[in-house]
Parts: sequence; C-alpha cells; structure tokens
Amino acid sequence: MLKTEFENNILTAYIDGEIDHDTAAKIRTRIDGAAQSLKPKVLYLDFSGVSFMDSSGIGLVMGRYRQMKLIGGMLRVTNIPDRMYRIFAMSGIEGLGVLR
Amino acid sequence: MKTVNEMSLSFPSKSCNEAFARSVAAAFIMNLDPTINELSDIKTAVSEAVTNCIVHGYRRSNGTIYIKGRITDTNKVIIKIRDKGCGIENIEKAMEPLYTTAPEEERAGLGFAVMQSFCDKVKVKSRVSEGTTVTLEKTIARQDV
Repeated sequence: MLKTEFENNILTAYIDGEIDHDTAAKIRTRIDGAAQSLKPKVLYLDFSGVSFMDSSGIGLVMGRYRQMKLIGGMLRVTNIPDRMYRIFAMSGIEGLGVLR
Repeated sequence: MKTVNEMSLSFPSKSCNEAFARSVAAAFIMNLDPTINELSDIKTAVSEAVTNCIVHGYRRSNGTIYIKGRITDTNKVIIKIRDKGCGIENIEKAMEPLYTTAPEEERAGLGFAVMQSFCDKVKVKSRVSEGTTVTLEKTIARQDV
C-alpha cells in the first residue's frame, strides 16, 4: 500500500493500489507518522502506483498539504495517472501549486 | 426501455466494503464491454455514493447499504444506492462542490460533484431520519466490432 524513502531531507511516499475512504485513513496514518518523526523539508506523494482513486485521494492530498505547512515543509504530488487527473482538476488543488 | 439484467445486494456499512461494492458494480456491467474509462467512471461514482452512506448516512453507527443495479436494452446502466441513515436536510447544499460536514475526516466535499461528472444523470432522494437513495445513470457506448 505504501513505501517510503527518506534522503536529503526529502520524504517520498510511493502510494500503491487503490485510494478510497478506507485505505486513505491507513495511508494517512503511515505518512503522518513518518513526517512527524523525520520532519522533511519536502514530502513527495508519488501516485504512479495508484490504480484507483475517488475523492478520498483529494482529502488525502489536502490533509498532507496542511500537515506539511504545520511543520514548515512543502508538499509535491507527482506522477498522477491521466485517468485520475479529472478529480484533481475538479478540486481546485491545482491552484496550490503542488502538482508536478 | 426493457430491462435485460438486474442485480441487488446488501452489506454492512463498513469501509472495507467500499472496494467490494465498486468491484461488484464493475463486474455487473462487464458484459456491456465498457471501455477502461467507462468502467473507471462507474467504479468511482459507486465508491463515492457508498462512502457517503458510511460517512454521512450512518455516521458512526452501523447500518445496511442496499444496491440495486439494472441494465436496459439501450445499454443504460442504472444503479441505486440506498441507506436508512440520517438523511440529508438540504440536498442542494450537500451537492455543492467542496461543501462537507466531515472536514475532520479529511473529506473533500466532492462526492456528488464526482458522481455528476462521471455519470450522465444523478438523482438524490432523501428524508431526514429515514435515509437517502442515490440513483446513478450512465449509458455505455456500444462497441462496433
């Protein structure tokens, strides 16, 4: 479901599989746990392994955006599959400048 | 419009059943030979509707979610998702994009907006203290072989 890497103050979370209300809660707990203890400057959420996502994925990204702001870091979201981009576009998240 | 296939199922409002429900919906429409995008649209819309039943309809209590599916001879898929939960006081407000009553659970307030964007038609019927029924309609394009 999730693999994390930490290097040069950058925490990368590779999300794997499906993001819904059920899995988002588990992914969130693990990412926040790592971010709290490592205090990265940048958190990357890598979506290349995501096979399905509903609007819970937006909640997950927005929540991590706020978490990173609280610890003085930044959020970047990378490799969003085309099929899921539509939900990101609807959310207005593009305006935060976190999508890569 | 003649009905050519039907299904119904019910399951407890546990979040692990979100994946179960959308997989059933995907399997149900499989013999219409949907494209990957059509399949993904139906799965996403059903996932949103079922999540609403769990997060909002039944909140922290347990209840049963009922799904009825129908396919017509015009390739239209009609899926009804029903809960007997708290109901929605103001449907118009609930359907507003980015409006949510559960921000602490990191809900984005996009459930209905996603359903509307991914289906041809979304109908919501709700009565406070009785429950909510969401009807999703989408016509699957015929594949000419």
